[in-house]
Amino acid sequence: MTDTSAPAHRQRTTSTTALVVKILFLGSVAAAAVWLIPLLIGLKAWLWLTFTVLTVAAIFALYTTKRFIPGKYIFPGTFFLVVFLITPIILTVGYSFTNYGDGSRGTKQEAINSITGNSVQQVDGASRYTLTVGTKGAVEGPYTFFLVDQSTGEAFTGSAEQPLEPVEEDAVSISSGRVTEADGFTLLKPREVNDHFREISDVAVTVDDTTAVRILDAGTAFQGTKVLQYDEAKDQIVNTATGEVFTVGEVGGEQAFVDADGKRAFSQSWLQGVGFDNYSRLFTNGSVGAQFLKAFAWTLVFAAGSVITTFALGLALALALNDERIRGRRLYRSFLLLPYAVPAFIALLIWSNFYNQDYGLINQLTGLHINWLGDPTWAKVAILLTNLWMGFPYMFIVCTGALQSIPSDVKEAARIDGASSLQTTVKVITPLLLVSIAPLLVASFAFNFNNFNAIELLTGGGPFPDNEFTRGGTDILISMVYRIAFGGSGADFGFASAVSVVLFAITGLLAAFQFRFTKFLEDVN
Amino acid sequence: MSTSITTPTDDPAPRNRMSAGRWFREVGWRHLVGIAALVFAAIPILYVISASLNPLGTVSSTNLIPRAFSLDHFRELLSGSRGPFLRWYLNTAIVCGVVALTQVSLSVLASYAFSRLRFAGRRGGMLALLLIMMFPAILSMIAIYTMISDLGEAIPFLGLDSLPGYIVVLLGGSLGQVWLIKGFFDTIPRELDEAAIIDGATHWQTFTRILLPTLTPILATTFLLSLVGVMSDFLLGSIFLTSDENKTLAVGLYGMLAGDRSNNLGVFAAGAVLTMIPVIVLYQFLQKYIVGGSTSGAVKG
Repeated sequence: MTDTSAPAHRQRTTSTTALVVKILFLGSVAAAAVWLIPLLIGLKAWLWLTFTVLTVAAIFALYTTKRFIPGKYIFPGTFFLVVFLITPIILTVGYSFTNYGDGSRGTKQEAINSITGNSVQQVDGASRYTLTVGTKGAVEGPYTFFLVDQSTGEAFTGSAEQPLEPVEEDAVSISSGRVTEADGFTLLKPREVNDHFREISDVAVTVDDTTAVRILDAGTAFQGTKVLQYDEAKDQIVNTATGEVFTVGEVGGEQAFVDADGKRAFSQSWLQGVGFDNYSRLFTNGSVGAQFLKAFAWTLVFAAGSVITTFALGLALALALNDERIRGRRLYRSFLLLPYAVPAFIALLIWSNFYNQDYGLINQLTGLHINWLGDPTWAKVAILLTNLWMGFPYMFIVCTGALQSIPSDVKEAARIDGASSLQTTVKVITPLLLVSIAPLLVASFAFNFNNFNAIELLTGGGPFPDNEFTRGGTDILISMVYRIAFGGSGADFGFASAVSVVLFAITGLLAAFQFRFTKFLEDVN
Repeated sequence: MSTSITTPTDDPAPRNRMSAGRWFREVGWRHLVGIAALVFAAIPILYVISASLNPLGTVSSTNLIPRAFSLDHFRELLSGSRGPFLRWYLNTAIVCGVVALTQVSLSVLASYAFSRLRFAGRRGGMLALLLIMMFPAILSMIAIYTMISDLGEAIPFLGLDSLPGYIVVLLGGSLGQVWLIKGFFDTIPRELDEAAIIDGATHWQTFTRILLPTLTPILATTFLLSLVGVMSDFLLGSIFLTSDENKTLAVGLYGMLAGDRSNNLGVFAAGAVLTMIPVIVLYQFLQKYIVGGSTSGAVKG
């Protein structure tokens, strides 16, 4: 791309620069693959390994030859599309048939380790360690313990997955009997340990079948005996203090350890397929099904309401301001565009301040005393009002554009036929306008159907009824998925995925509907 | 002079030879509607400006017209005592810049192929793209979360709570502007690139030297639309970016406001003003193109 001097006379050869760039590019792809592939095999990250191998193969196939020209242009974007859009959709469908969630992320062995590890109790004369907690990523874990035996001064490391082992000398620095630095780890400060004490006290570092190390206080850990022990031959967990026996049984559609009465004994379970359980829970479980239907109904009202109100206001303004005799028409237009130019998250956060019952701007200006965000119905009105503010400029622009493309002789013909200007507007102009705007209305509906921000940033889904965490009064389907998956009542990824899949299906139907309305299909030919 | 009383001597000049009543019936009411709409559009913006300048800065003390002016909130915001605002600003600029640039570049590459080259699966590919882009990435947030968490084990640089990891996830939408750009490609006469090919240009030269320069306005528009869309992502950001120094403006400002709404309002408003200004200015510059672009089916995300 540097040889701009000489015109290229029928020499369809690649320039030297281009060749060098190509070689460097392919070389670095190969180098990255050589570095990454063993790493991924070591981590058993099969999905990413597949991506890497296929990507490298595709790059070499496409960019070393002169053939596949369309592929060369389409590949880069398609790569990201496949990896971060299509694959997650497929994985989501897969998750919806499992019990994936809090307490069932890992294998059965990990669940057993966690159950028995949590039962560790202190015994007299057991070893004490000074404890430093490390993490490779976030302060939320996963955690690795760095321990120094208080009597012998020996240093150990281990985590929930990794049994206790002596630490390599040069991997850590120890000063005054405490690990102060560790290669590749961020060490938590005492305050951070206190903040996350509950999570950290769930970590039990296995020493052997009967003993493990747990945290005692922010700077100390102890070695103790597991009261609960796993008997591999019989596949059961035994309480060595009381003699109680827990066997594997079926609870709530998944396998877990149960007591003699068949009741679930521990919150931990393991990742397993549950068939259509998540779906049947959605459609047959009374309270869940009712929540789903309520959310679905409100989603439809919200999306349709947003489209209708924004379109009505946008159209009314476009009709009112579409008159050449108005002075300052351009000025009106510029200022009416302002809400459209404010980034959506800012607009929503600003509006969320308007609804305070005592001090909010709306109650102040109108003299009302409405509990906007505390009452489910008013909260819905608040959301629609905010969305109206954010959306009407777009409809105004679009309607103005469409109005100006309607030929003026249509209006004249109507007037000659004796129609009043109101009749012309309602019976002639509006239908003509709807023809060209309809696809955009459907697109706007589809957009609002999954408009998570409008709900989360304004009301956070609230108000929530007592003891109800999966869905608040203003949650639409997508924000309900978010609350099931990441909400306060414990993550239930499997079920959330099932709701997502239902939403995918609905979105697909909307898409099909939109295709019928648009010219897109004709454009392709 | 102070005691003399002036009487109106002139009648008001007739407006365009139209009586005041008729003027109001035909034009005047339109101004009333327009002004009412302006008030509705402007109030939230005035409110946030007022809140950012009002030294008290609580929900209860904020009115539309500030009674006192001070830049305290801006000073406090920039000092970082309520959260590293400048860092969030920088993070947002990096994320939006990288994602929007990549999205427009990759979209324009693909649109070239879809508009100018003929190949098997072209029609199917375009339709599939339209369908896939309708599924919001946030619906599969759990799978994306798990995938990035796994990737972070191998390459910590791209893991959870890292900006590059967040950026690659957003790049999933890289082909989001293909339809819009292809529409504009189709309006450029094919004779232009055919002439270049005859003169010996390769397909890459035709693309970069002949076609790209004619597309500049639409590229600028799609860049802006993409930029604002990325800026407003809140869900993925709030899942991925957990530590303060990695947050974007959307996640950071939300956290600031949700943390202590009644006392942080003024500082939040200052942050909102500083976030809005560049986008509003850009919109004014590109207004003409955006109006055209929005009628071609782009919905602001």
